[in-house]
Amino acid sequence: MFDVIIIGGGPAGLAAAKKCYDEGLEKILIVERDTQLGGILNQCIHTGFGLGVFKEELSGPEFAHKYIEMLRDTRVEVMLDTMVLEINRDKEVTVINGNGYQKLQAKAIILAMGCRERSRGAIATPGSRGAGVYTAGAAQRYINIDGYMVGKRVVILGSGDIGLIMARRMTLEGAEVLACVEINPYSGGLPRNIVQCLNDFNIPLYLSHTITKIEGENRVERVTIAKVDEHFQPIEGTEIVFDCDTVLLSIGLIPENELSKVAGIELDKRTKGPIVYENMETSVEGIFACGNVVHVHDLADNVAMEAEKAAVGVCEYLKGRKSEGSVDVTTYEMIGYTVPQHIHLPLDKNKYDFFFRVRKIFGPSVIYVIDSEENVLARFNRQYIIPGTMEKITVPKVLLEKGKGNLKVLIEEK
Amino acid sequence: MYDVIIIGAGIVGCSTAYYLSQYDLKVAVLEACNDVSMGTTRANSAIIHAGYDPEPGTLMARHNVKGALMIRELCRRLDVPYKQCGALVVGFDDKDMETIQTLYERGLVNGVEFLKILNREETHDLEPQLSADIKGALLAPTSAIVSPWELALALMEVAVENGVELKLNNKVEAISKSDEVFTVRTSEGEYHGRYVVNAAGIYSDAIHEMIGQKEFTITKTKGEYYLLDKSEGRRVSHTIFQCPSKVGKGVLVSPTVHGNLIVGPNAEDSDNTDTTYEGLQFVRKTAVRSVPFISFGDNIRNFAGIRAKNDRGDFIVEESHSVPGFYNIAGIMSPGLSSAPSLALEAVDWLKGKMELHKKAEYKETRKKVRFNQLSAEEKNELIKKDPRYGRIICRCETVTEGEIVEAIHGVIPAVSIDAVKRRCNAGMGRCQGGFCGGKVAEILVRERGISPLDVLQNQRGTNILVRELKVK
Repeated sequence: MFDVIIIGGGPAGLAAAKKCYDEGLEKILIVERDTQLGGILNQCIHTGFGLGVFKEELSGPEFAHKYIEMLRDTRVEVMLDTMVLEINRDKEVTVINGNGYQKLQAKAIILAMGCRERSRGAIATPGSRGAGVYTAGAAQRYINIDGYMVGKRVVILGSGDIGLIMARRMTLEGAEVLACVEINPYSGGLPRNIVQCLNDFNIPLYLSHTITKIEGENRVERVTIAKVDEHFQPIEGTEIVFDCDTVLLSIGLIPENELSKVAGIELDKRTKGPIVYENMETSVEGIFACGNVVHVHDLADNVAMEAEKAAVGVCEYLKGRKSEGSVDVTTYEMIGYTVPQHIHLPLDKNKYDFFFRVRKIFGPSVIYVIDSEENVLARFNRQYIIPGTMEKITVPKVLLEKGKGNLKVLIEEK
Repeated sequence: MYDVIIIGAGIVGCSTAYYLSQYDLKVAVLEACNDVSMGTTRANSAIIHAGYDPEPGTLMARHNVKGALMIRELCRRLDVPYKQCGALVVGFDDKDMETIQTLYERGLVNGVEFLKILNREETHDLEPQLSADIKGALLAPTSAIVSPWELALALMEVAVENGVELKLNNKVEAISKSDEVFTVRTSEGEYHGRYVVNAAGIYSDAIHEMIGQKEFTITKTKGEYYLLDKSEGRRVSHTIFQCPSKVGKGVLVSPTVHGNLIVGPNAEDSDNTDTTYEGLQFVRKTAVRSVPFISFGDNIRNFAGIRAKNDRGDFIVEESHSVPGFYNIAGIMSPGLSSAPSLALEAVDWLKGKMELHKKAEYKETRKKVRFNQLSAEEKNELIKKDPRYGRIICRCETVTEGEIVEAIHGVIPAVSIDAVKRRCNAGMGRCQGGFCGGKVAEILVRERGISPLDVLQNQRGTNILVRELKVK
């Protein structure tokens, strides 16, 4: 019997395991499907990791390595090359690997499965279907892990962070990146990546544009892009044609919750991740979740910090913490979602963090936290908020205690 | 010297090879692509039609009804995914209901069993997700869904095991005949045979005209589709058709045997399989007339296939008028998939009129496949004990193991590309569309086939996924 089984050995799983260990849990198991720990960090050979957690700038593999080193001489067990096929409310974890198919029993579970990339089908990009169309992450793996180039002349669809990182990576390896095409009027990536990966290399970013046609029988030969109207429909006469052999897709990430669904864990339609409480507990008692399986983060450091929260949650749960009801956290209009979506009562933490993304670019604005009687409990000034950056507000317990009923988070432009 | 040369390894060529392989004959199948099932067979609606649609007395009517029954049995024998889910042809107005009455009567004449006309309430009881505007429907319980490329593969695998020689990558370039012997020249060499069966799909007119006179013309009609995630797979439980029009059976919405939802096709004259913005928009708009709440955000793939429409309006299953010994199975548009085995038997019967056919003393008729995710826990453990590669999940969306992928690569018809692996064991068919497992499948292909990563193909020749090694290790 394990105290906790952590599903996934990427940044979320590693940080959760480390924290569970530090908090004194005895029987900790990480189940990882790959042959090594680290998850997607292993192919992220660029820097920009670690500033939040380790106060130094690291590459992805270095970031993972720090955790792996810290876990090395601990009691934390790791099952590599092992796939979790099913979990259930009784905390049974069915796994499969070269030794067979077996059921493991845990007292608690932490979901840390991460996310997957949206594929071409999700946005129904028309055209031919030969070689040359890759998700940015798949191309990253071919280049950084396998050491093979996927193309020479590249158009990137979507401006998510992996796409931006790959624009730079492909350029540095000798490819010509002709354009980065984003259907929204704003980029989905971090500002620092726009600057360091596109601007520094003179790669044009076409906002409010999308690919309307991919041509080429065996391999991509040509791509047509067009400007879109406010309903995202292509506008005739705005087409630009690029001769290229490669299209990289960076059109969003989707939390991987197939296991969560089977276990009957309630998901949030907006985040596509489990609905969680402030301690990262899901709707199923004793099953916690953290990282990109909950909502897509910008930074692995934020993932690690959320994982630590989940680890603390597990420890409190195993010590028998009981809650007496909860309040809901809802949003209004331009705030896409919040994590957490619920807060356990009684309020027993000194402060409460809320993470969210906005749906458009905001200049100087105020974020309000109000209660069910529309009393303002807290307000936060911001100069600039963009969809590409996850926003965080921290509300002290003393302010939340004044509220009645459910909470709502909203934003107003000044 | 071959007794029979079959040109084309689509569902018709594979069916013909399967039945001929039971006889004491030397048979070759010439296929231009690097795998079987690379044309119309791999990109269509995947429906085994009940047989109410073709006009009574046509070849289509006869072969559809007979072929559909044969396919049910073949899928059982060959371990091919098949499900008799039934079909509804829905009507929106009185004119549609008249069409439905006509289809019903046609079905009766064609010998389709269990047909029934349903009123609005009965229709909605069966399919609660259908539009409120529906007036009624024709229910055809014997309509079925199938995995067409797996059926073609299975048929050809058994044929090959029975001695048929499958010559992939052999594009036919010229055909001649002298002294009762055909010489078929391909991109790879020359093949000699006494009889030729032309099952070249959309190219069958061109193939025939390499030696004969113009007897028919094939028009290429493109059909575009959406394939949605399994989360949408239970949106409907029957195949939902709208009333057929001049251009075809219209846009359908159907579960697939793999648990997805398929939506399409449109019909546009075109000789390529590119999907188009307009075509996909049309499919979407038309489909929601019958099933309004399809979540197109859960689409995982679009594709298009080309149907071989001919100028006679019925199947062409006959010996060439200008070339004795040359048999055309051409213009096999819908319901071609449903009819294929019956069409193949026509070719066998024709051959029986030409030469004496003797059944082999021993031949294979069945095939069995490991589908790991359908095994019980005990069976899984047993398999992993024998070969630990069955314990390594490579495709996480479809739960496909390394063992199954290796099996596909070393099968009777070896998989030589990432998509060929997909067609054999479903790796990469799921919601991430190979985003995670594509690279791993490529790695396994490199290892098992002893090829360079630069030679890994996505699908047909020329679809190499990698262009250059970055640095010497």
